[in-house]
Amino acid sequence: MALLELHNIHTYYGGIHALKGLTISVEQGEVVTLIGSNGAGKSTTLKTICGQTRAREGKIIFDGKDITAQRTHDVALMGIAHVPEGRRIFPKLTVRENLEMGAFSVTDKKVIDEGVERAFAYFPRLKERINQKGGTMSGGEQQMLAIARGLMMKPKILMLDEPSMGLAPILVEQIFDIVTELNKEGMTILLVEQNANQALSVAHRGYVIQTGEIILKDDAQTLLANPQVREAYLA
Amino acid sequence: MLLNILPQVLVDGLTLGFMYAVVALGYTMVYGILEFINFAHGEIFMVGAFVGTEVLLITDALGALEGMNPFVALFITLVIATAVTGALGVLIERVAYRPLRGAPRLVPLISAIGVSFLLQDLVRFTEALARNEFYLNTPTLFTTPISLGGIATIPAKGLVVIVIAIVMMVALTLFVNKTKWGIAMRAVAQDRSTASLMTINVDKVIMLTFLIGSGLGGATGVLFAQNYGTIDPYIGFILGLKAFTAAVLGGIGNLRGAMVGGVLLGLLESLSGAYMGPLTNGAFGAEYKDVFAFSILILVLLFKPEGLFGEAVKEKV
Repeated sequence: MALLELHNIHTYYGGIHALKGLTISVEQGEVVTLIGSNGAGKSTTLKTICGQTRAREGKIIFDGKDITAQRTHDVALMGIAHVPEGRRIFPKLTVRENLEMGAFSVTDKKVIDEGVERAFAYFPRLKERINQKGGTMSGGEQQMLAIARGLMMKPKILMLDEPSMGLAPILVEQIFDIVTELNKEGMTILLVEQNANQALSVAHRGYVIQTGEIILKDDAQTLLANPQVREAYLA
Repeated sequence: MLLNILPQVLVDGLTLGFMYAVVALGYTMVYGILEFINFAHGEIFMVGAFVGTEVLLITDALGALEGMNPFVALFITLVIATAVTGALGVLIERVAYRPLRGAPRLVPLISAIGVSFLLQDLVRFTEALARNEFYLNTPTLFTTPISLGGIATIPAKGLVVIVIAIVMMVALTLFVNKTKWGIAMRAVAQDRSTASLMTINVDKVIMLTFLIGSGLGGATGVLFAQNYGTIDPYIGFILGLKAFTAAVLGGIGNLRGAMVGGVLLGLLESLSGAYMGPLTNGAFGAEYKDVFAFSILILVLLFKPEGLFGEAVKEKV
């Protein structure tokens, strides 16, 4: 059974039918990417999974449990770390405090300290900035902090919403390298991206979403070679 | 001769100012998280004054107050009043504000004003029923005046108010900056939906905010009763407005701003009350000190609406 499954999800955003019967799954240990253009429903999918917007129809199963109606903090408690679009760093908390908030559910002080050390190993830049306020950092540093903060809870799945958005190419490269590295260490990742090329090159499988519907799903390599995908998203 | 009274005026101003400051913290904490002015906060302060006074009156009636160390008596009174008003704040949030959280901003504001009237009349009714009057005299715990090196003598109760207010402010600052739940409180104030992604239960943090803010307000009520001796169910209205003014003066949503704003307002009010008469040849007497306080509110709103420590609100992109 897959770690995360969405069955026939319908979500409405105000009056808009944002997700129209979405069905996707993520297996343990996979990197799965959801690609599509702006407004296709990528972020809405992640928000629906973590209960920030409600599915009006359909079912979300995580780790064998139905989480469709769970509240956001309870979904997170089950081991779903959502690194939201736009990074959403707490601007007036320091880097360290941001990381500590990521570990809010962790009660063992030692585990938190280990997590902070691990975050610094992945992102040495954060160590230099430890006492700096989150809001004063550059976009790339904020994205690193956002991912590091997500990892602090030791999640079973990491959901990344457009981690490459607004970053310089070299930083994008770095972020995707980290995704690969995390996955090698066993982390399951659901990656939402507009940057289809990069996303498909680090993912095992991919889904293409258009106006709230999955129009294609396949192995990442196959999708990369698909002329339709190439034309629409890799141009 | 104007300078002779200065030490006394300053001590009065500080006493008043520190009370404003602690009550202002309650307004500013709730505003920081919910962007909502809890207009019932002044009444929570008033309830604290009544609970504290009742504790002392009942202890006295039982014959236990005489001979008790005044610090012990004050401590017990503060603990009980803080617990009762903290719980009251949580209850009010649950019943009168939380169900309205998605509603337009005016709606919870009106609910808060309703709670205000309810608390005033509830206290008045209860006291009238129990004691046949709702103006109460608080047993004074500290009566000895303290001499300030021969320059002036100040009442000990003023000093007690200032010291306890400072202790509460330091404790709150430590809590908010150093503890996990305190940092979570700031995280929720900055970005509620992202905080919930970190497994933070936002409703619990809001409850905690009301618990602490209301408890501090209630404790200040006890201090007020000690300092002024007489209380009635309507003391929360004007003091609440002044504390709110202090919060706006410092920058609403900002803890340090509320503390500085409160002390500043208390000092200004005391100084204006003492010196406005003599300086204007009696044209404006001490009775204009409230006008002075609220003029400050209007001036701040006109010229520096973000307050002394607040940040100008940036449009979110």
